[in-house]
Amino acid sequence: MNLAIKDIRHGLFRFVLTCFGLGLLMTVVLAMIGIYNGLVADALAVVRAPAVDVWVVEADTQGPFAEASAIPADTRDAVARMPGVAAAGAITYQTVEAPYAGRTLRLYVIGYQPGRPGGPQRIVQGRGIGTSHFELVADRKTGLVPGDTIRLGRNRFAVVGLVEGMMNSGGDAAVFVTLADALALQTELAPAAERVQAARGAVPVKTASVAAVVAQVTPGADVALLTDTVRQWKHLAALTQAEQEDILLVSVVDKARRQIGLFLGILLTVSAVVIALIIYTMTMEKLKQIATLKLIGAPDRTIVGLIVQQALILGLSGWGIGLTLILLVKDNFPRRVLLEPFNAMMLALIIFVVCLLASGLGVRAAMKVDPATALGG
Amino acid sequence: MAPGDILIDVKGVAKHYGAGETRVDALRSVDLQVRAGEVIALLGPSGSGKTTLLNIIGCILAPTAGQLALDGETVFDGRWLRDDLRRLRLDKIGFIFQAHNLLPFLTAGENVALVLDLAGAPAAMGQARARELLDYLEVGHRAGEKPAHLSGGEAQRVAIARALANRPRIILADEPTAALDSQRAQLVMDLLRKLAAEQEACIVTVTHDEKIFDRFDRLIHLRDGHLVQT
Ligand SMILES: Nc1ncnc2c1ncn2[C@@H]1O[C@H](COP(=O)(O)OP(=O)(O)OP(=O)(O)O)[C@@H](O)[C@H]1O
Ligand SMILES: [Mg+2]
Repeated sequence: MNLAIKDIRHGLFRFVLTCFGLGLLMTVVLAMIGIYNGLVADALAVVRAPAVDVWVVEADTQGPFAEASAIPADTRDAVARMPGVAAAGAITYQTVEAPYAGRTLRLYVIGYQPGRPGGPQRIVQGRGIGTSHFELVADRKTGLVPGDTIRLGRNRFAVVGLVEGMMNSGGDAAVFVTLADALALQTELAPAAERVQAARGAVPVKTASVAAVVAQVTPGADVALLTDTVRQWKHLAALTQAEQEDILLVSVVDKARRQIGLFLGILLTVSAVVIALIIYTMTMEKLKQIATLKLIGAPDRTIVGLIVQQALILGLSGWGIGLTLILLVKDNFPRRVLLEPFNAMMLALIIFVVCLLASGLGVRAAMKVDPATALGG
Repeated sequence: MAPGDILIDVKGVAKHYGAGETRVDALRSVDLQVRAGEVIALLGPSGSGKTTLLNIIGCILAPTAGQLALDGETVFDGRWLRDDLRRLRLDKIGFIFQAHNLLPFLTAGENVALVLDLAGAPAAMGQARARELLDYLEVGHRAGEKPAHLSGGEAQRVAIARALANRPRIILADEPTAALDSQRAQLVMDLLRKLAAEQEACIVTVTHDEKIFDRFDRLIHLRDGHLVQT
């Protein structure tokens, strides 16, 4: 006869309600984990998008994501000629706001050279950018669809294709345009004074600058040698893909990581306290029944089983409800919520341990109960 | 064991609570023997130590001094001689509670069957025994109900069935009829007498209920921590 289950069924409504409350708490915990993972994945998506091996950026910067970086556009040609480089492309990044369908879209504009590294890897709808001007490929999250047009700076761009999962670490969805268009956009959006000066011809127009040059190396090429060579140019720095990802995680994501990590810690502590409290209360309410069980001769095994099983059923139901809820709602979050099976398993393990510890409290109280308290009302 | 064997043997049992100024001598020196088939009543004013004595016989309270033997086995002699007192209770002692103390989350039938379940009997056997006892006590038709849905008298009979489930030879009852009207109280006592006779068990009942005094073989009075037999 399983007393734990009989008791749960006796007060089913209350138990389900408790599980549900715990489930909501677990939903928040899982959401925090998912948001953190999403943040990392999103940040890395843009870095991984060009699928390159080496980033050439401005000297003494950790560009172009963690710090601003500007290098002459013709650096690309120099890099492309270096031994071991299979292909190289210049790339720019800028954030612009553009009116679309009655609202203002914040877009992360990536300028690249079609046919060279730096462009979108996988078009999920429509086509990539052709050779003509004023075309763009947008991330699906922008809400743009192929056939739409949108005004960026002085020109209308035609949306020709869509990609997915492309955004900067702030969550602004990306659009890809040609480098030429991106550079024109940069000048248009430059401070007015600078533009007036340029129009007067008072200051020679700067040679076009780009944020970085990305390069793919030939199979077997020595990436370290390549980056060392690049660094010999005083105005340039070179980063491998791995270094670039690390910088992004350390500089851009690290604060968010610690912020969310701390919050997660608090949440887990709160959950642990709540679970402990619920289980302890559940046991305290049953003390009289536990005394009766002792009096009629039930062994400790029966009593411990009753408490521990209920604690585990509660914890795992809460976990299950939390997981189900977060899977149902995660796509409605403005930022990506990314849950790995590993995260869910870790949480299950934590809850399991917390429930065991919490039932330890209950078991202690139950063991101390005098069977005589069952007698005499 | 033949009828008439000594099932409860209390020798020189004393119990005091607390120490120093707050010391309460609940029992000073009590000697009591109860034989199989006997139904005895424990009487006395409030605070005279009736519950204390019952709890000592039920092995849920350790005496301060003295000896206790149950069913021929000495279980206390200055200290408990067995470390599995719960198993002892499960096998030998049936308790009938003042407040019936059925487990609220089990049905009447399950409350009775639980005792056999704890003793390791197969589920079918527990159910059969529960049905048999509840039918015998004329509450078989309520076997599927939770205690909250039983009347006071029904619940008391289920509690009696539970106390008897494992065929204990020692049945202890603290005010078993307090919640019943006098007619029901007498029926319950008659039933207990019948069971005692059939199962060669003894019954020790704490009661204030004068209406049922004639149902006992012996009335034992507790006064100032001593027994006075009548
Ligand atoms: N746990 C305890 N701690 C201290 N004193 C106690 C304890 N239990 C009982 N006593 C005292 O021991 C004495 C006997 O108590 P007991 O409960 O045996 O009386 P009783 O005869 O059952 O009374 P009643 O008819 O009111 O149930 C009382 O004076 C009581 O106050
Ligand atoms: Mg009493």
